[in-house]
Parts: sequence; C-alpha cells; structure tokens
Amino acid sequence: MAKRKVLAQVASQERLSGEIYSMWISFSEEDNIAEEAQAGQFLSLYCREGSRLLPRPISICEIDREKGRLRLVYRVAGEGTREFSTLQEGDTIEVLGPLGNGFTKKEGKSILIGGGIGIPPMLELAKALFKAGGKKEDIQVVLGYRDNDLFLKEEFAPYAEVFVSTEDGSVGTKGNVIDAVNEHQISGGEVYACGPLPMLRGVKAYAKEHHIPAQISMEERMACGIGACLVCVCMSKETDAHSHVKNKRVCKDGPVFDAEEVEL
Amino acid sequence: MNTERNLSVDFAGVRMKNPVTTASGTFGSGMEFEEFVDLNGLGAVTTKGVASVPWEGNPVPRICETYGGMLNAIGLQNPGIDVFIERDLPFLQKYDTNIIVNVCGKTPEEYVEVVRRLAAEKISLLEINISCPNVKAGGIAFGQNPKLVEKITREIKDVAKQPVMMKLSPNVTDITEMAKAAEAGGADAISLINTLTGMKIDIHRRSFALANKTGGLSGPAIKPVAVRMVYQAAHAVKIPVLGMGGIRNAEDALEFIMAGASMVAVGTYQFHHPSAAADVVQGIEAFMEENGVKDIKELIGCV
Repeated sequence: MAKRKVLAQVASQERLSGEIYSMWISFSEEDNIAEEAQAGQFLSLYCREGSRLLPRPISICEIDREKGRLRLVYRVAGEGTREFSTLQEGDTIEVLGPLGNGFTKKEGKSILIGGGIGIPPMLELAKALFKAGGKKEDIQVVLGYRDNDLFLKEEFAPYAEVFVSTEDGSVGTKGNVIDAVNEHQISGGEVYACGPLPMLRGVKAYAKEHHIPAQISMEERMACGIGACLVCVCMSKETDAHSHVKNKRVCKDGPVFDAEEVEL
Repeated sequence: MNTERNLSVDFAGVRMKNPVTTASGTFGSGMEFEEFVDLNGLGAVTTKGVASVPWEGNPVPRICETYGGMLNAIGLQNPGIDVFIERDLPFLQKYDTNIIVNVCGKTPEEYVEVVRRLAAEKISLLEINISCPNVKAGGIAFGQNPKLVEKITREIKDVAKQPVMMKLSPNVTDITEMAKAAEAGGADAISLINTLTGMKIDIHRRSFALANKTGGLSGPAIKPVAVRMVYQAAHAVKIPVLGMGGIRNAEDALEFIMAGASMVAVGTYQFHHPSAAADVVQGIEAFMEENGVKDIKELIGCV
C-alpha cells in the first residue's frame, strides 16, 4: 500500500507526567495505516497552525491493528508538540505514515533499552516480541529516567522483565542504562535501543564489547520525512548505496540502524 | 473539465503541458514523491542539484523551522553526475513530463563538466544553480556579481546542448542587473528566487540553530519578496521567467504568473503537503474555468 497523508481522529489524550503526553489516534477503515505499522516506525504529524510548516516526527508507542489505532507518547518540546497536546477526543489531525524501517525482531534473549523520550517505541517492541512467542523472562527491558517520574514503566510489566536506572538515583540503579545492565548482569543475543545520542554511544560500545548485535533508533531534525530532502542525515561507516557519500537518511534508511553501520 | 482550456506553455523552446514544476532540492529526483504525486501530471520535474562528483553536504542540524517558513543548510549533498545519469534519469524518463536538471559546482569548470556529461541525455532544460547560499565555494558566489553571472552563463551556453536557465539569488541589491547579465550571457531563461540567507539563534543553547550558522529561508514567509522580484526580473528581460518562492496553492502560483512568470515551481510546501504541485495544477485549471480563461497565456504578466 502506498504511503499517504491521512486524517486521523484523536481517540484519547492524557498527560502522563510533566511534559509527557499519551495520545491514541484512530483511522478509518480505508485509511487504516495502523494495519501495516511496525515497532520502531514513526509518523509525521502536521500542525493546524499554518505558520508551522514542517511535520513533527513522533515514534509509535503502541499499535492496535484490529481497532485501527496507534498510540503516540511524546514530549512537549515546542509550539508544535504543544499544539498536539491540546487536541481532545474527537479532534482530527493530519498524519503521514507509517514511516521508516522499524526494528527487526530476533528470536531468543533480548535487551531492550530506552532512555527518556526514547522509551515509548520500546513498549510496542516488547509487546511484539512477547506476542511472537517470546518468554517474558527473555524480554529484558532497561529504562533510563532522569528521576522518579517513571512514565510508561508499569505498562511494560505484562510483557517483560523491567529494570530501571535514574540519574538522581531515586529509583533503581543510580546512573545510566548501561550501569543498570551491568549491575543486574543482563545478557542477551540482541540489543534494541532508542534514546539520546550519548546513551546510544554507550549502548554501541557495550554491544561491541560483548559481541552482541545492536539495533539503534536514531533521531534527527526532519523536513519531508520521506527521504527526499536530505535534511535528517546521520554519518555512516561505509559509503551509502543510495547517497553515494557517507550519509544515511534517518527518516528513510532508518530510524533503526545496525549500530555498526553508523558513526555516532 | 472543458477541453478548450489550454494550460500548456512554450518555455525556452520546450513545450510544457502545464506551467508547474517542482523547486530544486525539495523533490529529490521524484522517487520518494512518486507515491504522492502523479509525475505525469506536472509540466516538469526539477531535480536536486547535481555536481560532477558526490558531495557530502553540511553537518547536522541542517534545518530549523521559522515562522511561516524554514531555514535549510543542506549544502547540496548529491550522489554525483554518474549515479544521477545511471539511476535517476532513467527513473524520470519513464514519465511523460519534462526533466529540468539542476546543476551545481564549486568552479566554472565543474559546472561545465556536468553540463557536458548531460549533453547526450534526454532532458528538457538545464537549471544552473548560481545561488545556493549554503556552500563555501561556487553557488551564490557566482550569483551576486553581474560580470560573473554573464561569464559563467556564456561558458555554459558554449557547451550546453539543452536550453539553459540560470537560477538567480534574491540576496542581491538589484535583481534586474543579474537577470540582464544572464540574458546577456545567452541564457534561454531565468528562474528565481532561490532562498534568502537567514539565521536563527537557539536561545537555550546560546548558539546557532543550524550547524552552518546561516541557512536559506524558504516557505510562505518569502512569497511577497519573490513575487516582487519575479515582477522586476520579468520586466527587465525578454527571456522567460520561472517563478518560485513560498507557493502553497494555485492562488499563490497565479500571483507569480500574473507578475510575469511563464512557469512556477512548488518547493518547501511539499514538505507540508506532499501532493502540493499536482494540486496547484488542478487549482489553476479550476481558476481558469471559473474565470472564463481559455489560455494560460492570457494571464502571464497580465498585471
């Protein structure tokens, strides 16, 4: 099915904490883009206010294919996301997607690492691994927070073993996600990660040291969201087959990359 | 639709089925937009700038949004002319549309090299980018001095096998000087405007929002400036003008046409609305229908 911009309806809007919001949006039967969505993909959300031209890329937190709904958990970081946070049940919003490649699910023991606003996409991934027959004890989720504001944490519990690190040490391991991995001696055959760049650097180094493949989801400012404008590039180790330079498009070639193929 | 409506234009000797194309750099080579826009419905597709060798472009962040527009400093990342000819051109040639290839370079020799490589290719028009504000060499450096504009136009005309359109920068004191210089150098057409150089400060980080410090402003915010410059340029030269800058819809496009543009390009707005270019074609046709205009040529430069 071709990608297209569709009109979605807000099914619910809830403030999880601070500036973190959770919004379910639903699609009509003919435009049910939830049907083809995968963990790790994202949507472009368009503002109503005409002075804000560019779509905001927001990761998919949960997929309900049957009801044709997607859940987006996002942080209000500027005027655009502020606008989204004011939408109420029944309001409409233009979206494009699903965009990007998503995570490739592997069998066996896995380590899912999410930091800050990189946590939401890990929820759908944990669910998808569980539903694909993964055992709960084999799906190990490590969540990195700033403090005791542990948004989404409880929602992982049905599908995964959950470990927490906080920067201020108020809950779980004091420090970062890798500190938590080390403290609990978590091991596995595949690492999946989404979070801020310093965290991804740490994850890449950890995976390399332990010879575990790592899939990392990158973030970059975007314009078109579909791979045409070359705004959201990241540096690649080798010359990229599409760009013919050492740049990959986060929106189209990613946002999920093999940690070894990109320079962080 | 009334079959008597004529949207076609003769632009620098090229027949365009309608006066609408895409602005260079906003549409890649069309591959990524194919799912949203029927390329057969456009008068032409204008490709992203291509150089003689691959260019890496600038570091990120390459973009920031501004009120009613955006600043970009991509720096003309492109895969080079070899890949462009092998991969991008055959893709576009499948469609019943004209191909306008945007050419960039750091030196006159590099522009000439790309133009030579394209000589045997089935393309309709060359657009020469002497107006990119985001590269250290070439680009705008050639577009802000009328003597250089004329010289580089002539050097390109000497080797070009297709009509040559010079893309002008708005970052000049008098746009008519540059338009006349391009005409004097033998250009078959001009296109304008490229982006306006701008800057945004991130007050929380106390630094520049773009890694390149400055970027090119595009989007609806620049449209009145663009319409004014198209009007001035169209009245200064006899060669046709392709107008662009902030076009969102048919109404915007018609302003450019009435100001004197024979063709228009839709650019940044496609990031908001991927099918914008095709919608502009439909909107122009609807306007003609409603206003009893039989031929688009009645509207070109009518103010």
